[in-house]
Amino acid sequence: MDEIVSTQKLTKVYGPIKAVQDLDLSVYRGEVFGFLGPNGAGKTTTIRILTTLTKPTSGRASVNGYDVVDEPSKVKNVIGVVQQHLSLDRDLTIRENMEFRARLHHLNSSERRHRINELLEYVDLTEYADRVIDSLSGGMKKRAAIVNALLHNPAVLFLDEPTVGLDAQARRRLWDLIRRLSNDGTTIFLTTHYIEEAETLCQRVGILHRGRLIALGKPSELRQELGQITVETLVNNRGTRYQYFRDKNAATQYVQNLPPEVKTIVIRESNLEDVFVELTGQKVDGE
Amino acid sequence: MVNEIMALLSDVYAILWVDLRLLKRQWLRTLATSLVNPLLYLVAFGYGLGRGISFEGYSYLEFVMPGIIALTAMTSSYNGASSKLHVDRLFYKCFDEYLMAPVSFVSIVIGKTLVGVIRGLISTLTILVVGYALAPEMMVSPLFLTAMVISCAVFACFGVLTALTVKSHQDMGTISTLVILPMTFLSGTFFSLNSLPTFVKTVLYVLPLTHSSLCLRASALGQPFPWPSLAVLTTYGLAFLVACLIILKKTSV
Repeated sequence: MDEIVSTQKLTKVYGPIKAVQDLDLSVYRGEVFGFLGPNGAGKTTTIRILTTLTKPTSGRASVNGYDVVDEPSKVKNVIGVVQQHLSLDRDLTIRENMEFRARLHHLNSSERRHRINELLEYVDLTEYADRVIDSLSGGMKKRAAIVNALLHNPAVLFLDEPTVGLDAQARRRLWDLIRRLSNDGTTIFLTTHYIEEAETLCQRVGILHRGRLIALGKPSELRQELGQITVETLVNNRGTRYQYFRDKNAATQYVQNLPPEVKTIVIRESNLEDVFVELTGQKVDGE
Repeated sequence: MVNEIMALLSDVYAILWVDLRLLKRQWLRTLATSLVNPLLYLVAFGYGLGRGISFEGYSYLEFVMPGIIALTAMTSSYNGASSKLHVDRLFYKCFDEYLMAPVSFVSIVIGKTLVGVIRGLISTLTILVVGYALAPEMMVSPLFLTAMVISCAVFACFGVLTALTVKSHQDMGTISTLVILPMTFLSGTFFSLNSLPTFVKTVLYVLPLTHSSLCLRASALGQPFPWPSLAVLTTYGLAFLVACLIILKKTSV
């Protein structure tokens, strides 16, 4: 398969802190790749390196075949980036922000007009185009930031925690947009600490913990490796224990043979959170 | 070569575009706020205090006018270039958008400097008109205007440098208080450096605003033009530009 993002032994050290360690990663053209991990795991640092904002301490990284350190200007031409925080100019309107961005990417005036209108239409923001960013809702701001990053038809779109701070409805609407973009052929590299987001959107996920990649694969494969069924039990009222089983039969058998002091709380399908907990002994949201 | 220059200019314009857009929307506010300080100086020192005094053979108003223009060039260009930039960089983090765009660092620095120059020129030209009305003896020659534009560029670039370097809003305040404010009063803006002891004079000659004042005053009063001062000023400008580029290279890829 065609690799669009790849890193080899990528490492970034800030003083005593190893933000990213020996990261080996491949993202394939056309897929939605999810980078899952708690806050501080190194997701944003990795994105910053891939988008030429931060220099790696060692190792290599390339986007669309261009090395991020040796050919940053070529990389800049093929990436679209939506940062976690809103990076639009708040004093300008959506259209002005897009106009500015399109100028930075050297689109001529007819290309600019055409592309801006087309993208505004794509995300239903046409009627808000002349509103100042500060006056928009969180979901609209995010959609505006996404189309702003798409003006120059990037080969890969980086979305850093795209749905943080959005309400359930706005989040689903954004998921829908991400799926449409993917269907239309955009490669998407997103980071998230929401399990559900990674499971529903991503064809493959990489789980990052303290700067290291601890798992990589399709969500279904990772669940299968762990065990499809999870049994949560409570022993003498002292904390929940998790056990993983190949299938429902194996789980039921286990539950039937439990001693009386062990209470079964729930038998359910495993999810990526279980994979994460099993690998790190920690929950993704840091608890 | 020609293509590269055209590309540079088009990038510079793209960067300038945002600020021109904002300026168009807020020009009255921009003008009003940046004129308060110099007008107060003009009224208090020039018109109020200095009307009866004569100084080195000129009326004090005539003497102080070029100094006030120099300090207006400094403060409005410096603030014009730095205030939005440092907020965009530190708080909104939208400066990253520039760094991730396929434009050179030189065009970013020049574009952001020009933002300050334009804002600086709007204020200085207005003060110049007011000053000319009060002291019509002042000579506004092409050399005077050149020195004025160069002054704006030097301090705008210093503003860009500051905005790219500071780590917090407090740092901005600190630079304003420790660098900009003392320069406002000490750089021969309100008094002549000739009467000062050699040591103090030497220290004050290090400040770029001193050279702005010298150039502007000499040309306004029809004295021989201090070319070395213009050279010092230009050198400062180039040094700030190079420093900005080094900082951008260091922080980004």
